[in-house]
Amino acid sequence: MENIVTLIVDDSSVMRKIVERSLRQAGLGISQVLEAGNGMEALAAVQQNKVDLILCDINMPVMDGLEFVKQLPAIEKAKGVPVVMITTEGSEGHVVQALSAGAKGYIRKPFTPEQVKEHVLPLLGGKQ
Amino acid sequence: MNAANPAISSTAGRECWLPTLQLSMQEVFELMLACPLQVPPEPPSLEGLDITSMVGLAGQLCGILTVRCSAKSAARMASRMLGVDVEKAGPEMWDAVGEICNMVAGNFKNKISGLGDGCMLSVPTVITGGDYSLHSMVNSEIQTILLFDGEPIALTLEVHS
Repeated sequence: MENIVTLIVDDSSVMRKIVERSLRQAGLGISQVLEAGNGMEALAAVQQNKVDLILCDINMPVMDGLEFVKQLPAIEKAKGVPVVMITTEGSEGHVVQALSAGAKGYIRKPFTPEQVKEHVLPLLGGKQ
Repeated sequence: MNAANPAISSTAGRECWLPTLQLSMQEVFELMLACPLQVPPEPPSLEGLDITSMVGLAGQLCGILTVRCSAKSAARMASRMLGVDVEKAGPEMWDAVGEICNMVAGNFKNKISGLGDGCMLSVPTVITGGDYSLHSMVNSEIQTILLFDGEPIALTLEVHS
């Protein structure tokens, strides 16, 4: 397995730790985890680091997850980096909105490590 | 936004929400804390439930969902969510309880037909201490008590409209 650098974006530090633990439990070859508390911090993190995968909440202060996903393609380093939304907003309308904005996957809270693996694994492609 | 769904707008339609509310919280604890909740054999005392987490709902359903528990339970919740000892989880307990309330609210509204897209959630607010009064334009209230590690947790949905 190759080393995968993951960015976890959530305004809850507890939730960021849970997502990280779920990724590690899923055995996805995560080598480094970067954290951001909102979309603005996440854009800065992506500009400064080479990231392979992004897991992002939707409802956050300063900049929400949907706005982050819309602005991400403008960053050269982030081109082709898959984004998976992890959120309590699990309605069909929200899923469509997130996928239209550019997200590649959608996980509803509460979730299990197996669900994280199921959604993330296909997106890692050659990295796995 | 108008409440187009009669099951949401009528008090009678909301009567069947209690088991859905219970299930919403049970699922959050089972999936995120690996800890099933029990229904108490008799109504427990709610004294000492000094941590209150609140999430507002707005749209087709307006109201507040609150989760109340003791500080000891809140620390245990954080401990289970983070996979660390209770002593190390203490500083994170407010964040943990807020996230639990947020997930219960989201899980609940996604189970009620028409609410998923028709109702927005606020970010959670956590209050420490029990000596306060909450004044809101309550139209109806649904409450359930469940046991977490033998300690009561009160889950209340106050509906404004």
